[in-house]
Amino acid sequence: MDKDKIEELTGAELVVRTLNDLGVDIIFGYPGGAVLPIYDVIFSQEKLRHILVRHEQGAVHAAEGYARSTGKVGVVLVTSGPGATNAVTGLTDALMDSVPLVCFTGQVATHLIGNDAFQEADTTGITRPCTKHNYLVKDINDLHSIIHEAFYVARAGRPGPVVIDLPKDIQLTTVGYNDKIPLKNTSYNPKTEGDVEVINSASKLISEAEKPIIYSGGGVINSGLDASKLLIDLAKYTGFPITSTLMGLGAFPSSDSQFLGMLGMHGTYEANMAMHQADLIIAIGSRFDDRITGRLDAFSPNSKKIHIDIDPSSINKNVSVDIPIIGDIAKVLHPMLAILKNKYNVDKTKTKHWWSQINDWRKINCLSYIQGNETIKPQYAIETLYKLTKDMDARITTEVGQHQMWAAQFYKFEKPNRWMTSGGLGTMGYGLPAAIGVQLAHPKSLVVDIAGEASILMNIQEISTAVQYRLPVKIFILNNGYMGMVRQWQELLHGGRYSESYTEALPDFVKLAESFHAFGIRVIDPDDLESSIKKMIDYDGPVILDVVVDPDENCFPMIPSGSAHNEMMLGKEKDLPKLSKEGLALV
Amino acid sequence: MSELDRRSRRHTIAILVDNESGVLARVIGLFSGRGYNIESLTVAETDKAKSLSRVTIVTSGTPMVIEQIKAQLSRLVPVHRVSDLTTEGSSVERELAMIKVVGIGENRVESLRIADIFRARVVDSSRNSFVFELTGTAQKINAFIELMTDLGLVDVSRTGIVAISRGSNPL
Ligand SMILES: Cc1ncc(C[n+]2csc(CCOP(=O)(O)OP(=O)(O)O)c2C)c(N)n1
Ligand SMILES: [Mg+2]
Repeated sequence: MDKDKIEELTGAELVVRTLNDLGVDIIFGYPGGAVLPIYDVIFSQEKLRHILVRHEQGAVHAAEGYARSTGKVGVVLVTSGPGATNAVTGLTDALMDSVPLVCFTGQVATHLIGNDAFQEADTTGITRPCTKHNYLVKDINDLHSIIHEAFYVARAGRPGPVVIDLPKDIQLTTVGYNDKIPLKNTSYNPKTEGDVEVINSASKLISEAEKPIIYSGGGVINSGLDASKLLIDLAKYTGFPITSTLMGLGAFPSSDSQFLGMLGMHGTYEANMAMHQADLIIAIGSRFDDRITGRLDAFSPNSKKIHIDIDPSSINKNVSVDIPIIGDIAKVLHPMLAILKNKYNVDKTKTKHWWSQINDWRKINCLSYIQGNETIKPQYAIETLYKLTKDMDARITTEVGQHQMWAAQFYKFEKPNRWMTSGGLGTMGYGLPAAIGVQLAHPKSLVVDIAGEASILMNIQEISTAVQYRLPVKIFILNNGYMGMVRQWQELLHGGRYSESYTEALPDFVKLAESFHAFGIRVIDPDDLESSIKKMIDYDGPVILDVVVDPDENCFPMIPSGSAHNEMMLGKEKDLPKLSKEGLALV
Repeated sequence: MSELDRRSRRHTIAILVDNESGVLARVIGLFSGRGYNIESLTVAETDKAKSLSRVTIVTSGTPMVIEQIKAQLSRLVPVHRVSDLTTEGSSVERELAMIKVVGIGENRVESLRIADIFRARVVDSSRNSFVFELTGTAQKINAFIELMTDLGLVDVSRTGIVAISRGSNPL
């Protein structure tokens, strides 16, 4: 291009061009008055593929699914006012689960801001607490650098969602464009390298431990594939037992004998007991969330704690730790392994006694259930789904409730980025749109949304999106007729008063699928389960498989709120837990 | 945790931020959203060329909470630097107040006499009122206000605390 001839672009053109520059191939969105100039640009180009969702919340969850299954930034485009407010739940979800997103929201013209104009909302005000950062673009000259900065901020350090609020007049104003990357002089520079001296003292503790446990989390997956490999190396080199949070599943292969299963409220007996009795906890990319720790003052009372995390605010937030290491997981584990091997040499016989204790806990067989021949047990449904899909490139999303916990307990993940669930926010309605995002990123994978009949209704409209783009996502409903997780709490903690947890007038999911031009199957008899799942897998297109399951089944083990790890309910006790007032007040 | 670690203490925190719209809302929103308290907050641009503002916040909390506050502030994108002036060496704190006192006769004379002792300046006067300007520590200003209460105090305006570290190092 002629050196002194600068290309003139409108703000809307600049948005699309910059997304091209950044390598963005897919954007999830929904049009409206305040973003029409951008939609006009999208209309006359082919590089950037726009996926039209059916609700802006769906756009954000779809972008989350895309991001979490690829490690890339998910991108969203919505209009002002209701478009932006509909996106808020998704943004909050992404913030809680550290998912990198950039969401463009339309805004009324700059001169109308503050006048209660049609479809005006204070989007930066509303999204300030639910984004990692947000921008209101007031000057067209800032737009290019703001977009680049937004992608940087979304990705850097602990990832998260970023909103760019874009007034309509800015979208229409022209500006000179050159393709030099105009990074503003941002002060945001998270530390990624761990402090070697601290890593050294951590390594020493590791070499001395007799009852250690690795407690890994979603941060390992966010750090990237190297981190998962290094986590396996660390576990293999030390021979230590390892447990994972809900978000971390898949970073370490679930079928490995060193894996104790998930920990926390619905974690395994062995994982929680080992956390409770350990003399050393190595927390890697996990954040001592209240679902994990149970009653704080009784949490792992005798252990030293090493905590590796990229976010300094995660350190000493709930649990005070002995050795905090701030840095990117891969960049910490790499030198740690070198130091361990060269300097300290871990002796595996030291943990022999610990392993025999753990193996005794395992004998409790805390996930056992009895599948009779009358009704399908939800656990059996997940186990069967696992059995039939484990040799495929399967990726699982979920909604929120009992089915989500059973999926975490019974579906064994061997690799990272295969498991997408709403952990921090617990958003019913996440799974279907997320599955759409995952399927777009991985057209050849088998993508299954393990759902509950209540949750699926929260974003059921997205089947229409799946059908439009020929995305063969499978919706696997564990239909117990209840908001099962709510019913379970009411049964155990509120005297069996099932207040509003039963959905009286559920749709016929088979007909519902058909009305969306998808395929619907219902299965009631345990003997038909396998063949129905096979039908679901084999059908080339979106499917709802309505699995009618035992309505009374509860999800165990369970650490009732306000209880300690060693006060787990296994589901076989006769007495209901006696919760303190403080316990009842906890979520 | 030891008894000492659980004790709540007052801390003065200095924060250097980009002077852009919404930055104060971010800082305040963080405090209200996470349940930290703000005893005093001041803000003004301090570097025009780099467009930086300095926020001074007085808060209180246990050492664990104060560490959280610092970490949470530090990860805000427009925040350049966070410094706990209470723990990082010694510092000087000042506040400015303007105090309106209405009265005649003996009270009026007495208020002037006390103002003199406190080195408060008269910045406005009418036949029955004074506005005093007073700079000092928060305690000094509290003491002055208390004495003026009986002498016809009707209005108080305070800046909140500004603080800076002693010695040669900048923030
Ligand atoms: C948006 C939203 N609203 C409410 C809740 C509270 N909640 C958690 S689980 C649950 C019931 C879910 O029922 P269902 O989808 O049928 O799953 P099940 O527990 O029966 O497997 C509810 C209402 C939530 N997590 N998200
Ligand atoms: Mg249900």
